[in-house]
Amino acid sequence: MRTFWTTTVAAGAAALAATAASAGEKLTVYTALEADQYPAYLESFKAAHPDIDLEIVRDSTGIVTAKLLAEKANPVADVVWGLAATSLMLLDAEDLLMPYAPAGLDAIKPNMRDSADTPSWVGMDVWSSAICFNTVEAAKKNVPAPASWQDLTKPAYKGHLVMPNPASSGTGYLMVSAWLQIMGEADGWAFMDALHQNIATYTHSGSKPCKQAAAGEFTVGLSFEYRANKSKKEGAPLDIILPSEGLGWDMEAVGIISATDAPEAAKTFADWAVSEEAMRLYAENFAIVAMPGVQKPLEFVPATIEDMLIDNDFAWAAENRERILSEWSKRYDGKSEPKS
Amino acid sequence: MRALPDAGTRLRQGLSSDDWTLRAGILVILAYLTVTLLLPMSALLSKALEDRSGAFVGLQNFARYFATPSLSNSIGNSLFVGLVSTAICVSLAFVYAYGLTRTLMPGRAVFRLLGAIPLLVPSLLPAIALVYMFGNQGYASGLLMGESIYGPIGIIIGSVFWTFPHALIILITALSLSDARLYEASEALGASPWRTFWTVTISGARYGILSAIFVVFTLVVTDFGVPKVIGGQFNVLATDVYKQVVGQQNFEMGAVVGLVLLLPAVLSFLVDRIVQSRQGVQLTGRSIPYAPKANRKVDLALGGACLLIGLAIVSVLGTAFFAAFAKLWPYDLSFSLRHFDFDNMDGGGWASYVNSLRMAGLTAVFGTAIIFIGAYLVEKTRGFRAGREAVHFLALLPMAVPGLVLGLGYIFFFNAPGNPLNFIYGTMAILVLCTIAHFYSVAHLTAVTALKQLDPEFETVSQSLRVPVRRTFLAVTVPVSLPAIRDVAIYLFVNAMTTVSAVVFLYSPATSLASVAALNMDDAGDIAPAAAMGVLIFCTAALVRVIYTVLTAGLLRATQRWRHR
Amino acid sequence: MHALKTSARPVSQPYLQLTNITKRYGSFTALQSVDLTIHEGEFICFLGPSGCGKTTLLRVISGLDIQSEGTVIQAGRDISGLPVSHRDFGIVFQSYALFPNLTVEANVGYGLTSRRMKRREIAARVGELLTLVGLTDQRRKYPPQLSGGQQQRVALARALALSPGLLLLDEPLSALDARVRLRLRTEIRDLQQRLGLTTIMVTHDQEEALAMADRIVVMNAGRIDQVGTPLEVYSRPATPFVADFVGKMNFKRGRLGPDRRVTVDGVELVYAPDPDLRAQPGEEVVLCLRPEDIVVRGISETAPNRLAVRVLSMEFIGNHFHLRLGILGSELVLEGDLSINAVRDLSIEVGRGLTIALPPDRLRIFAQGTGR
Repeated sequence: MRTFWTTTVAAGAAALAATAASAGEKLTVYTALEADQYPAYLESFKAAHPDIDLEIVRDSTGIVTAKLLAEKANPVADVVWGLAATSLMLLDAEDLLMPYAPAGLDAIKPNMRDSADTPSWVGMDVWSSAICFNTVEAAKKNVPAPASWQDLTKPAYKGHLVMPNPASSGTGYLMVSAWLQIMGEADGWAFMDALHQNIATYTHSGSKPCKQAAAGEFTVGLSFEYRANKSKKEGAPLDIILPSEGLGWDMEAVGIISATDAPEAAKTFADWAVSEEAMRLYAENFAIVAMPGVQKPLEFVPATIEDMLIDNDFAWAAENRERILSEWSKRYDGKSEPKS
Repeated sequence: MRALPDAGTRLRQGLSSDDWTLRAGILVILAYLTVTLLLPMSALLSKALEDRSGAFVGLQNFARYFATPSLSNSIGNSLFVGLVSTAICVSLAFVYAYGLTRTLMPGRAVFRLLGAIPLLVPSLLPAIALVYMFGNQGYASGLLMGESIYGPIGIIIGSVFWTFPHALIILITALSLSDARLYEASEALGASPWRTFWTVTISGARYGILSAIFVVFTLVVTDFGVPKVIGGQFNVLATDVYKQVVGQQNFEMGAVVGLVLLLPAVLSFLVDRIVQSRQGVQLTGRSIPYAPKANRKVDLALGGACLLIGLAIVSVLGTAFFAAFAKLWPYDLSFSLRHFDFDNMDGGGWASYVNSLRMAGLTAVFGTAIIFIGAYLVEKTRGFRAGREAVHFLALLPMAVPGLVLGLGYIFFFNAPGNPLNFIYGTMAILVLCTIAHFYSVAHLTAVTALKQLDPEFETVSQSLRVPVRRTFLAVTVPVSLPAIRDVAIYLFVNAMTTVSAVVFLYSPATSLASVAALNMDDAGDIAPAAAMGVLIFCTAALVRVIYTVLTAGLLRATQRWRHR
Repeated sequence: MHALKTSARPVSQPYLQLTNITKRYGSFTALQSVDLTIHEGEFICFLGPSGCGKTTLLRVISGLDIQSEGTVIQAGRDISGLPVSHRDFGIVFQSYALFPNLTVEANVGYGLTSRRMKRREIAARVGELLTLVGLTDQRRKYPPQLSGGQQQRVALARALALSPGLLLLDEPLSALDARVRLRLRTEIRDLQQRLGLTTIMVTHDQEEALAMADRIVVMNAGRIDQVGTPLEVYSRPATPFVADFVGKMNFKRGRLGPDRRVTVDGVELVYAPDPDLRAQPGEEVVLCLRPEDIVVRGISETAPNRLAVRVLSMEFIGNHFHLRLGILGSELVLEGDLSINAVRDLSIEVGRGLTIALPPDRLRIFAQGTGR
C-alpha cells in the first residue's frame, strides 16, 4: 500500500517538477514592444546569439513599469527593452538600473540616451501619439475630421472617441503628459475634463483605440503612429491625423537591471539592442530611431511628424508620473456610466 | 495480544496497516488542501492588513478602500448586474428546464445539448460576440435603441449567456424530482392548472430555484471575463481586483477588493448549503416520478420559448465563429484565417494554446486522481472523524472562493520569498495546482456521490478476507466508479481550458494560456483574434468531450460489462 | 488446505467468549453489559427487533465497531481491540456486498489471490467452494446476472474461502423472497453442519431462528433476555418480551394467590411450580399462554383449569383455525389455535359453547414490571 502511494506521489511530483524545469543561459526580458513587432527583432538577436535563451514578458507600459517597481526587492527581469524612457528614468531613480555603455554608443543621437557618461538607459526609437480617424464611419455618422486636440472636445465627437488609459498604457500617458506640458496644468486638466465627456471608453492598451477605429467600432481612436500606419496598411479605412498643437512622444529604450544574475548576457543583449542592425529593424516600424541615417519615413504617416513632436520634458514626466496618474484616476476612472 | 483494558476506560481499537494507510492518506490530502487552498487564502487575508512594506496596518486598507468612491462604487455596480443577471438567467433557465422536463415538446434532446454549450466557452467569448452583435458596428445594435453595449447591458447579457447552463442543470434536476401524486391530488381537488403550477410545481422546485439563484449570482459577481471585455467604464469588483493587481501592482488593495468579493460568494455558499440540506427530505422512496402528457398548447408555447433561447445561444456562438473567420469586420467579410496568426499577437501565440492543452490534461489527470482518492478517503476511512471532516470541509471551501481571489492568494503565498515552494511560481505546476483547487468542490461532490452508491460493506468484506485496501480500491472501487471518474476528468479538463479568473495572475511567459491569451488580445484591441482563440477553445473542449466519451465508451464497455444483464 | 486453528485449544474452553460488552454512541447505549459464551461448531442466532443491539453485537465481534467496554475472546485469543483484518471470520451481509465488476469466480477467489497461492491452487479452491454452494456452472457470470439466492450463495462461498474459524451472517436471507429463503435456510444449515463451522447469524425473523439455530440469543434494548435452544426459548420464554417476540401469546394481568393459584378477571387458575418465579402471593403478575396450548379434547371432569367458554369468533388461517374464546361468567377472553381436525370433530362454530382446559405446566407467570 505504502509503495502505491509513494509511487503515485513521486510520479506526481516528478511530473510537476518536469513542467517547472528549463535549461540554457536564460535572460528574462521585460518589454512593452508591440506583439507584432518584437518577434521580428528577436529573430535577428537569436541568429547572432543562439546560446542565449530569451524569455520575453510583454505587457503594456504601465503594467511593465508597475511590475518592475513591485518586484524591486526581488527582481525577475534581467533586461528592460522597449519600455518608455519615462519609465526607465523612474526605475533609474529607484536605483534599479545598471549603468552600461553599449558598444556603438557614439552613433546614438545625444538627446536619445541617458545624459550620464555611462548611461543607465539608451533610446531605441521614438513613438508618438497619432489619431486614427475612420473615414467610412465618419461619413456615415457625420463626424468631422479633427485637426487639433481641442477639436476633440466638440460635441460632434461625443461617444465617438476612444483613448488609452494612461495608468496602463504608455501611449495614454505620453498624451496626458504632453497636454499638461503644452497647455499647462490647469488648462490641461480642463481640456481632459471636456474630452472625458466625449470619450466612449478608455482602453487598457495604446493600440486598441486605433484597432477599434480601424474596425469602425469607434470613429476616432487616440493612439500612436506605428499602430495607425500598420492598421492602414492592413486595409482599414483610416486617415492618420497629427493634431496641430503638437504630439506627445516618448522613447523606447533599453536598460539592464542591476540585480541581474547574467550581466554578461544582458550586456550582449544591450549591445545588440542599439546596434545598427537592430536600428534598421526598428526603422521598419518607427519613423524616428536613435541612430541618425538609419531612419526612414513610414508609408502612411506624414513626414512632418518629427517637427510636430513637442518639446518634451522627460524628467518632469517621469517625476510627476505617479501624481498625474492618481489625479487622472480620481477624475476619470470608475465613473460609472459609459459616455455614449 | 493486548492487555485487558481497565473497566471504565474507553477501549481503543488497534489499527491495521490499512487503517494506517488510509489515515496517512487523509493527512496527506489534508496537507495538500492546506497548502493549495488554506494557506494561500490566509496569505490573502494577511496581505489585506499590511501596507506596501509589509507592516501590519489593521483595517487601514479597508478604510482607504471605502473612502475611495471610484473603488467602492463597484460594490453597488456588482450587486446591480448580479441581481439583474440572476433574475433574467434563472427565469429563462426555468422556462427552458420546464420545457425539457415537463412537456413533450419536440427536439428536447437537441435543446438539452444547446443549453450546455456555454459550459464549453471561456466567459469572455460571449462578451466578444456581443461586441459584434450589439457594438457600434454590431449587426443587431439597433435592438439596443441607442444604449451602449459597453457597460451594464453588455455585462448582463454576457453573464446570462455563460451562467445559463449552470442554472439549467440545477433546475432540470429540481423539476425532474417531482411527485406525480401531488399533481393527481391537485387535479382531483379541482385546482386550475395555473394554481397547480404555483402550488405544486413552483413550490416543489423552490429549493432548486433558490439554489440556482445563489449559484448564478455568485458566478456573475465573481466572473471577470465578461466585464473585462464589455464592461467599458462600468467598474465591477472583479475587474477592480484585476486592475489593482495587474494594472497598478497594488497587491494590498487587490487583496482588500478580493475580500470584499469573497463576501457575497461565502454568503451564497452558506445559504446554498442550508438549502441543499433541506432539499433531501422532499422526495420519499414512494414518490412516483411525474410523466408529462402531451398538451399541444403548452408544448407549442414552451417549444417556441426554448427555440428562442436556443437560437440566442447559437447566434452568440455563431457570431463568434463568424468574427473569427471574417477578414476585416465589418469592411471585408471574406473568409480568412489571419486571425489565427496568434504568434504575431499578444498573449503568447500558439504556444499558449499548447500550454492550455497541457495544463488541462495535467489538471484532468492529477486533479481526478487527487480528488477521487481524497473523496475515497473521506468516505471509506473508519474512524478518524476529525480528519475526514476537515478534508470534506476544505474540499467544499473552493465553492465559496472566487477564482480571482484564489489566484491572488496564490501570488501572495507562493511568491513569498521565504516559501520553500517558491520554485513552482511561474511554472505550469502552479497553474495546475491552482486550477485543481479552484474546481475541487464540484468534482469532489461528484466523486463522493458515486462512492456513496457503492455498497459500504465492500471494504469490510475485503478486510475480513484480509485483502489490503489498495487492492480493493484498484480492483473494485475504481472500475465501478469509472463513469463518475470520467465525468470528473471531463469537468476538470473543460474548466481548465476555459478558465481565466484564477490563472490570470499566475501565468508566466512560458506558461501563457489560451483563455488568458484571448483576454490579452482583446485588451490589445485584437478582438477578432480573441474571438478566434475563444472559438478554438470551444472546439477543443467540445472535441475532447466527444473523443473522451467515445474512447471511454470502449473502456466502460469492457469494465462495466456487469451492468448489462 | 488451512490447518485447523482450533487444535491447540482445550475442548472444554468456549470458542467465543464475550464479557461485559457495552457499546455507547454518545448518550445512547446500544449494548449494556452483554455476556455470552459460544462453543465450537454451534449455530447461534441473535434474534430481536430492530434496534435491539443484535447487529451492534455482531459488529463488535467482527471488529467493525469497537465496544466501549468489555472483552471478546476468540479461540483463546483476546481480540477485543484488534482491527478487522487481524480477526478470523468470514462474513455475509444482507446486501451480499458482491463486487459487481468481478465474475463469480473472481469474487470467490478474491481473498485467495492475496495469499501468495499458486494460480492452480486458487482455481482448485474456488472450484471446491463453488461446488459446495452448487454454482459451478455460473462461475463466469457477473453478480448482477444472478438471482438473489445465487448471489447469496456466492457471498457465502467467498466468506468461506479462507476457511475462517467463525462465520458471521448479517440478516443474510431477509432480502430474498419467501420460497428462496426457505430453501437457502436449509442449505446454510446443512453446510454449517457439514463443515462444523461456528456460526453466528443475526435475524429479526423468529421462524428463521427457530428453524436454524442450535441456540437462540434473544435480545431486547441492548441486553440479552434469554439464551437457549429453540425449544426452550419457545416453550419457556424467560421474559414477557421473549414470550411476546417468539411465537404468539395470550398476555393477561392477574393477581397471585396462595397455593400456586392465580386469579385473572375473576377466574382462578392453577399453575405448575416454577423455581424462577420471583412474585409473592398478593402481587400483580402477568400470565402467559400460547394459543396452541389450549386443550379442547380428552378433558377429564377433574382436569385442572377446566373452563366453559363461548366461541366469539373464528378465523381460518390455512393450516389451523384462530379462535377468540370468551370465558363464561367472566370478562376474560383467550385466543386459541385449534387444528382443522379438532374444529371438525367437535363441530365448533361461532356462538357455540365449548369446554377447554389450560394445562398448569403451560401457564407462564411473570412478576409485573420485571423481567421475571
